[in-house]
Amino acid sequence: MNQTPSEFDSRLSTRHRNSKLFELFCLTAVLTSLIILAVLLLSVIYKSWGWVDLDFLRNHHSRKPEDAGINAAFWGSFWLIILTALFSIPIGVGAALYLEEYARKNKFTTFIQVNLANLAGVPSIVYGILGLTVFVRMFDMFRAEEDTVLTISLFVTQLSIPLPFGTTLISGALTLSLLILPVVIISSQESLRSVPPSLRHASLALGATEWQTVRSQVLPAAIPGIATGVILSLSRAIGETAPLLMVGAASFITFTPGGIEGIGDVIANPASLLEVPFSKYTCMPMQIYNWVKFAKIEFQEYVASAGIVILLGVLLLMNATAVYIRMRFQNKIQW
Amino acid sequence: MEQPDTGEITSTTSSASSEKRQSLVSGSNLNRAQPTDENARTMIDVNHVNFYYGDVQALFDVSLSVPEKSVMALIGPSGCGKSTFLRTLNRMNDIIEGTRLEGSIRLEDQDIYAPAIDVVALRSRVGMVFQKSTPFPKSIFDNIAFGPRIAGTTSRKKLKDIVEVSLKQAALWDEVKDRLNDSAMALSGGQQQRLCIARTLATNPEVILMDEPASALDPASTARIEDLIFELRKQYTIVIVTHNMQQAARVSQYTAFFYQGRLIEVGQTQELFTNPSEKQTEDYITGRFG
Repeated sequence: MNQTPSEFDSRLSTRHRNSKLFELFCLTAVLTSLIILAVLLLSVIYKSWGWVDLDFLRNHHSRKPEDAGINAAFWGSFWLIILTALFSIPIGVGAALYLEEYARKNKFTTFIQVNLANLAGVPSIVYGILGLTVFVRMFDMFRAEEDTVLTISLFVTQLSIPLPFGTTLISGALTLSLLILPVVIISSQESLRSVPPSLRHASLALGATEWQTVRSQVLPAAIPGIATGVILSLSRAIGETAPLLMVGAASFITFTPGGIEGIGDVIANPASLLEVPFSKYTCMPMQIYNWVKFAKIEFQEYVASAGIVILLGVLLLMNATAVYIRMRFQNKIQW
Repeated sequence: MEQPDTGEITSTTSSASSEKRQSLVSGSNLNRAQPTDENARTMIDVNHVNFYYGDVQALFDVSLSVPEKSVMALIGPSGCGKSTFLRTLNRMNDIIEGTRLEGSIRLEDQDIYAPAIDVVALRSRVGMVFQKSTPFPKSIFDNIAFGPRIAGTTSRKKLKDIVEVSLKQAALWDEVKDRLNDSAMALSGGQQQRLCIARTLATNPEVILMDEPASALDPASTARIEDLIFELRKQYTIVIVTHNMQQAARVSQYTAFFYQGRLIEVGQTQELFTNPSEKQTEDYITGRFG
C-alpha cells in the first residue's frame, strides 16, 4: 500500500517480461510439434507422389510394385472397424452408464474404476496374446483337425461359425474391442459426469424412472462427448498393428472379406455380409508393415508411402466424422 | 428448550424489533393471506421424523401437517434443514447415498416411506420446483410434454392441450405461444422458472414443493412467481422453502420455522409473524440472527 510508484513499476516490468517469456515457450512447443508433423507428412506425400491412384485402391498385393494395391487391406480395415464399433459401443457405453448412473459407490466399484484406468495403460501386444488364446484358439477347447462349425439357419440362408474363430476378422475385431474398451468406458464416463446433476434431479422429480431419465435427458446431453471418445478410440484401433500381428492378420491375401468391394456387391449378394466376420483378412497397417520389410526399394519407399497416405486419409475422415457428430448433436440438444 | 409463555415474549420484545416486525407486516400482502378453513383436510402429515445423512442427523423429531390447498412456507437460517425436510416429502433424498429416515410421512392416507410405495408414482403426485431453474436442453414444448410423455401420453393432440393448459396456469402462455419449438434455454431466468412450474403442473400433481423458487430472480420476476403461487394454491397444496420473510408472509397461510434441524414453531403465518410463541422465532424474523 505504501510502496512508492517507482518500486511498484520496476516489479511490474519484471512480471510482464516473465509473462512474455512463458508465452514464447508455449509458442515454441506448438511450433516444434507442428514442424515435426509437417516434415513427416510432406516426406510421405512426396514419396507416394504418382503411386496413389485408383489402381492402387483397386489392386491387391502383387510382386510387381507398379501393380501392387491396397484393396484387400482397405476392406479388411473397413470391416475390422465396423465390427469393433459394433462390439465396443454397446458394451462400453453400457458399462459407463452402469458405473455412472446406477452403481452405488462401494469398494467393488472403486476397484473396477481403478482397474479400468490400469487396463487402458496395458500395452496392445498383451491384448494380442489374450485375443490369440481366447478368440483365435478358444483355449483349445475344439480340436483343430475336426473343423467344428456351428451352423445357424437364418431364413433363406445360414450362418456358419467356425469354432474356434481362428485367424478371422471376428477374432481381430474382438481383440481390438478389448483393447479400446477401457478408453471408451472412461471417456463415456467423463461425458456422462459432465451432464449437470440438476438435469437428472429435475427429471426424477417429474416422476421419470432411471431409464427414462437416462434415455431422454442424460444420454442426449452426453452423446457428443461419447461419440468423440468412441471415434477417437476407433481411430487408434485402425492404426494398431501389434495385436493384429498376434491374432493373425494375413500377410498377403488377394481377396476382400466376403468378396465385397462396394455397395453393389452387397446388393447383389446380401448373404455375403454373413461371411465377412469369418473371413481371413489383412489390414492397412499390416500391409504397410509387410511392404516396408520387402527387399525391393520401390516397396519400401513408394508403395509403403502410398499405403500410409491412404491410412492417414481414412483417419482424417474418421476424425472429421467425430467433429461432425459432435456439432450435429450439440445443435440438436438446445443448450 | 425453555418454553416462555407468550405474554412474557411480548413484554420483553424491544421497541426496535417490534418496529421492524411492523414494517415487515405492513409492507406485505398479509391481508391477502387469510388462513383457510380450520377444518380443511390434511394433505401431508409428518410424524416424528428424524433424518440422517450417514451418521449426521439433519432433522430432529419433526412433526407437522399441511392442510389441503394451502401454502406452507418453511423458513429458517441456512443449513437449518428446511430444504432437507422439503426433499423428504417427495423422497428426493433417496438419490443421495446413505440417507435414512425414521418416523412417518403420510400423503393423504398413505405412508410414503412404506415399502409398497413406488417413488416414481409418488413423485408424479408430489411435484418439485428447484432453486435453480432446470429447463431441459430441449424445446419449450418438449419440456412441458416430458412429464406426460414418460407417464405414457402419446397423442399429439392431448400433449398440445396439456402444454397449453400448463403454460396458461403458469402465466407463461402469452409470452411463448408463438415459439413453442424454440429452445427453453433461450428464455429469461424468470421465464425459465415459470416453465419449470408449468412442467411440474403438466404431470398433474396434488402437491407442489418449491425450493427457494425465486431466490435467483429479479424483483419483477419474483413478484410474478408469487402471484402465480397465489393462484395455484386454489388448486394445489404447496410447500415452499424461502429465505425471504416478506415472501413467506405474502404467499403462505402457514409458516414453519426450522432451526438447527428442529422444527421450532409452526402455525398460521399471520400469527407466527405478529406473535411468535418462541423466542428463537422472534429473533429470526426480526433479523437478530440468520
